[in-house]
Amino acid sequence: MDLRLPSKVLEHILSFVDSNEDRNSVSLVCKSWFETERRTRKRVIVRNCYAVTPEAVARRFPEMRSLTLKGKPHFADYNLVPDGWGGYAWPWIEAMAEKCPSLEELRLKRMVVTDECLEKIAASFKDFKVLVLTSCEGFSTDGLAAIAVACSNLRELELRECIVEDLGGDWLSYFPETLTSLVSLDFSCLDSEVKLSDLERLVSRSPNLKSLKLNRAVSLDALGSLLRLAPQLVELGTGSFSDKLDQEAVSKLSQAFSEMKELKSLSGLWDVLPEYIPLLYSVCPGLTSLNLSYATVQMPDLLELLTRCSNLQKLWVMDLIEDKGLEVVASSCKELRELRVFPSGAEGLNDTNVAMTEQGLVSVSEGCPNLESVLYFCVQFTNAAMVTIARNRPNLKCFRLCVMEPFAPDHKTQKPLDEGFKAIVERCKDLQRLSVSGLLTDKAFEYIGTHGKKLRMLSIAFAGDSDLMLHHLLSGCESLNKLEIRDCPFGDTALVANAAKLETMRSLWMSSCCVSFGACKLLSQKMPKLNVEVIDEHPLETRPDSSPVERIYIYRTLAGPRLDMPEFVWTIQKNPEIGVSHLAIK
Amino acid sequence: MISELEMEKAESELELGLGLSLGGGTAAKIGKPGGGGAWGERGRLLTAKDFPSVGSKRAADSASHAGASPPRSSQVVGWPPIGSHRMNSLAAKSAREEEGEAGKKKVKDDETKDVNKKVQVGFIKVNMDGVAIGRKVDLNAHSSYENLAQTLEDMFFRGNPGTIGLTGQFTKPLRLLDGSSEFVLTYEDKEGDWMLVGDVPWRMFITSVKRLRVMKTSEANGLAARHQESNERQRK
Repeated sequence: MDLRLPSKVLEHILSFVDSNEDRNSVSLVCKSWFETERRTRKRVIVRNCYAVTPEAVARRFPEMRSLTLKGKPHFADYNLVPDGWGGYAWPWIEAMAEKCPSLEELRLKRMVVTDECLEKIAASFKDFKVLVLTSCEGFSTDGLAAIAVACSNLRELELRECIVEDLGGDWLSYFPETLTSLVSLDFSCLDSEVKLSDLERLVSRSPNLKSLKLNRAVSLDALGSLLRLAPQLVELGTGSFSDKLDQEAVSKLSQAFSEMKELKSLSGLWDVLPEYIPLLYSVCPGLTSLNLSYATVQMPDLLELLTRCSNLQKLWVMDLIEDKGLEVVASSCKELRELRVFPSGAEGLNDTNVAMTEQGLVSVSEGCPNLESVLYFCVQFTNAAMVTIARNRPNLKCFRLCVMEPFAPDHKTQKPLDEGFKAIVERCKDLQRLSVSGLLTDKAFEYIGTHGKKLRMLSIAFAGDSDLMLHHLLSGCESLNKLEIRDCPFGDTALVANAAKLETMRSLWMSSCCVSFGACKLLSQKMPKLNVEVIDEHPLETRPDSSPVERIYIYRTLAGPRLDMPEFVWTIQKNPEIGVSHLAIK
Repeated sequence: MISELEMEKAESELELGLGLSLGGGTAAKIGKPGGGGAWGERGRLLTAKDFPSVGSKRAADSASHAGASPPRSSQVVGWPPIGSHRMNSLAAKSAREEEGEAGKKKVKDDETKDVNKKVQVGFIKVNMDGVAIGRKVDLNAHSSYENLAQTLEDMFFRGNPGTIGLTGQFTKPLRLLDGSSEFVLTYEDKEGDWMLVGDVPWRMFITSVKRLRVMKTSEANGLAARHQESNERQRK
């Protein structure tokens, strides 16, 4: 008797299963479930574009409507990955154009996207709706024009922190008069001025527009007219907030803001002058997200703003907020879930001239019961503060502390920050992401290895004493998925001893550490399912086994060695004649 | 090909790295480079000595760039870990500050193209003797010396009692400008000289001030003399 669930029934059931994690589990049950699942999956996420080939993905999920891809490793954000390393979007776009022409959504992060890519998208996907590019580079505003002119059903076009060759603002004028479907537009990272009249017309014919993030070149005056055309906005990124307006213009702008009843998210605010802060008061109570990280608002102007934001869940701000301001956040923003505090000085490292210390974060941890995600740049910190924070907020899921002075000890006791981080990992049992900094010995990593069982991503810089550090992490952190390390004095032994662990992780990045070329070769030989990339811009001609490598990037992959490696990336496949390393690993 | 000179330099840098390991002593894991200069050529392991230690007397010392300084932390690639958009924004901001104060253009390679020149954001640092943490004040938000003095008084004396370094011990009004109190307000100009605040017209002051310091009157005596000297120099 055939007890199998008819595939039509299974299909129907699966249409309710949205989460890819669940769908991945479904696909492992048996062959027929695998088949049904793959034919019905609409949203595909590939978190390492080199882990699998575009053809394999297209073949497996023919009904794909939405594709999300990530390219370069995270440390590329900080210029640690040399130009030309890889992460090209082209092969993916080409493959999808051929095999999945019904693709509607493309979300790319840290990838190289060229104008050709954008033109190909515009030409190939008839019902293209969503393009979100985060930290991408390689294209110009001409490519944007291609998308604007051709994608007649475009809903979302978002450029988040991309590096774009800016050839002017005309690209915006290419949106045809017939395009009325826009829901989200984000061009905040572009420099050039767009034609205001074209922008106004675009906004007026987009009744579904919910999110608009302008670039800095859009003046305060222009903002007023745009807001009057789109009072329904849920997310707003302003342009420059600093023109001198006359009294009438100011009151008109104030009126426009007060009409925005749906506004939940506010960002931009470049160069905001203190006298314009009150313009924002009317929208504050409704805000759940406020990004002041580019706004040079100081105390006490910040205070007035923050006391009114009682529903805030996400706050990004510069350290100009000072401890005082964070105390106000602690007492006014009881719904706060995510806090990010960025440095305000480019020489922030040696700059103790801002009155923001560890105390600020302690206050927020006390006052905000829902706080679960923290990114905090600070000149110095103390163990006691971390212990208090951990005690207050065992519900933390993400704790990224950047003590900007490398090797800085607890500034009160002069001891390493081991005990502080111990408290964090011990108490915060659901901690998934951790960045450590300051003076740390191997002990800190012993604690992390022992307690950080749910830790998925860990970032380390200028820390530890020996290979033990790496060994504790690789052998202790069961859920470890991404590990990125820079400027730490070890490598070989722990890496090779824990080689098997690397197959259970997405990736490992180590730069300016002491990993030898021989160890890289050995690892490559031992672990054929990993791509072990040695990224060396200045290699020695002979590359003796003992020579340290500049950077090593290891990731698991089904695709085998990639075919687009530049000269400065070495993998063992490039030199198959090199035999087994003589390096004796103890 | 690595020249002999470079090899020598590289080796000494390598020694520096090896000698200053922190506690574990396993910096010896750095393999001795066969051809010499392997580390030196490609950067070396940075240790604590590369970064001026926190809490040093540097705060009181305005001339922090005296002599051969170790590589500043800000010269380390990708540190602090903030994205390039943010870095560019900060670089542009400090470039604008310097333009506003020093009155000369600073050409930076990676400066953003669209630095908003409409408003000079004139934030400058203010330190006070006896107070560990300095503050920043926006000169453009002030129209006169009295204005500025009032702001500074509010900042340092009527601030949150919890702020580090600011205690309740100073309860008397500052009167920074008339020389009658315990403190005077001084500033460093674009030539690096420290002067008493108040002698030049306000407009001239804001174009030449680089930073401020609330100094104990006792220590400021030497300044008056220097100030007179420089006035005499200007007259010549």
